[in-house]
Amino acid sequence: MKLDMTSLRALFVGDRHADRVVPPSGFTAQLTLFAAAAMAFLAVFALALSLAAGRLAERWGDELARSATIRIVAPLDQRVAQTEAALRILETTRGVASSRALSDAEQQELLAPWFGSELALDTLPVPRLIEVIEDADGMDPAGLRLRLAAEVPGAVLDDHSRWREPLVKAASRLRLLGWVAIVLIGAAVAAMITLAAHAALAANAQVIGVLRLIGATDDYIALAFIRRFTLRALSGAVAGTVLGMIAMMLLPSTSEVGGFLTGLGFRGAHWLLPLCIPLLAGGVAFLATRGAAKRTLRELA
Amino acid sequence: MIDLENVAYSYGGGELLSDISLKLAPGSFHFLTGPSGAGKTTLMKLCYGALLPTAGHVRLFGADVRGLDRDDIAVVRRRVGVVHQDVQFLNHLSVTDNIALPLTVSGRHAEAAGGDLGELLSWVGLTNRADALPPELSGGERQRAALARAVIMSPDVVLADEPTGNIDWDMSQRLLTLLIELNKMGKTVLIATHDLSLIRATKAHVQARVLRITNRRIQLAGADL
Ligand SMILES: Nc1ncnc2c1ncn2[C@@H]1O[C@H](COP(=O)(O)OP(=O)(O)OP(=O)(O)O)[C@@H](O)[C@H]1O
Ligand SMILES: [Mg+2]
Repeated sequence: MKLDMTSLRALFVGDRHADRVVPPSGFTAQLTLFAAAAMAFLAVFALALSLAAGRLAERWGDELARSATIRIVAPLDQRVAQTEAALRILETTRGVASSRALSDAEQQELLAPWFGSELALDTLPVPRLIEVIEDADGMDPAGLRLRLAAEVPGAVLDDHSRWREPLVKAASRLRLLGWVAIVLIGAAVAAMITLAAHAALAANAQVIGVLRLIGATDDYIALAFIRRFTLRALSGAVAGTVLGMIAMMLLPSTSEVGGFLTGLGFRGAHWLLPLCIPLLAGGVAFLATRGAAKRTLRELA
Repeated sequence: MIDLENVAYSYGGGELLSDISLKLAPGSFHFLTGPSGAGKTTLMKLCYGALLPTAGHVRLFGADVRGLDRDDIAVVRRRVGVVHQDVQFLNHLSVTDNIALPLTVSGRHAEAAGGDLGELLSWVGLTNRADALPPELSGGERQRAALARAVIMSPDVVLADEPTGNIDWDMSQRLLTLLIELNKMGKTVLIATHDLSLIRATKAHVQARVLRITNRRIQLAGADL
């Protein structure tokens, strides 16, 4: 079937007469509508899952940005010397882009939530923190630990990337799973519509035969069915998508420290993405019905 | 109009029809007769592109059927009105809608709603059954509705396969009168029937040629009828 502008127009504008040519089908029509709505509802969640997992992976990925921390745990009088020794070692360590010791003020800020801001750091054996930023190649933490152990006895290397990496990986997997779910939902819609269209075409074999005999073209007959199923899938998916989006809006809103669960939802322009679901469902239904109609018509004289 | 040249047809077994040559000239009136199972319906189907010949050439309005795609066949069928032996309608549409269906499917809705339709209905005597559904019609009413549907597009050729199969003598006469009228309006008519008395009765009104299928071949029957 040629998909030209007239057939596209006929698809949406419709042809009152052509619609009547195929007998109405009450119950199966409702089933198709329901299935399309349910699939669209699920697709909204799968989409939200993918987007949230994507955001998470990105944030964690950025944050770990190949950073590490060295703690200098030493008596007060040796702290400055050991800090300088550690910084010197870092300067000559391969894979380290930059390193700097946090100032008293910065450390105070970090500790403030626990000890209040009145704390006098210089009188307490609080470890000094050194922030290490790795370059693109990354450093060898084991080698660095050995060198530090030899020269800076109070240094402890804290390498966050090593525990964050699996989390980032898990988030990426989750995002992939979300997209796989969307593809599967689309395929299930196609299968469901194909089955329904085949059933309708088989149930109307006599009608189709009569139409062919009196001079109806394949396009005319196919379009009568395509229109039905496309509009059904489209309207079912619109309902399912709207319900899904309402459900997403009703989820508790995200807080800054919120973990993954509260992060599930759409942000900003992403709210427009689920609107594609009905269009995709309509497109899938169109292609599925067209395929089914083509196969059936080819077998007729 | 319709032109068969050394046509043969077989459903898979032996040949049912062999070496058939036939020309339906514009304005001609033909009967096709022969025993049941001789292949009358098969020959009709060859004439409207429902079957392709296994040998020879069928030309519809000058074009070889083998060269026609499905859309071309659909267009040919708008120019050939067929009364099928097993008349089929769309059972969910009224008689009127069914008769107008060929107009509907070819995009001529306006005419489908026009006054000609009422005239056609009264011509076949179905005015008071206009809103009935096809399953509610009697055998003869179905055949008259089929004739009306066959001619609504004002086709160049009318093929009628046993159009009087289900009906009594009076009604057959009326139906045949309708076909004769069509022929007088210039349509080419081909009627398959094994009712010889009907053929005889018709010959009084119109110059009709009688073709008979015997032994897989077609012969022009003599004046002995
Ligand atoms: N689709 C088909 N497949 C196989 N054989 C068929 C098919 N259609 C018809 N036949 C056979 O072909 C032969 C001719 O059939 P056809 O319908 O053309 O006969 P007919 O002359 O119209 O008979 P009738 O007067 O009973 O209508 C018959 O023996 C029939 O059984
Ligand atoms: Mg027959």
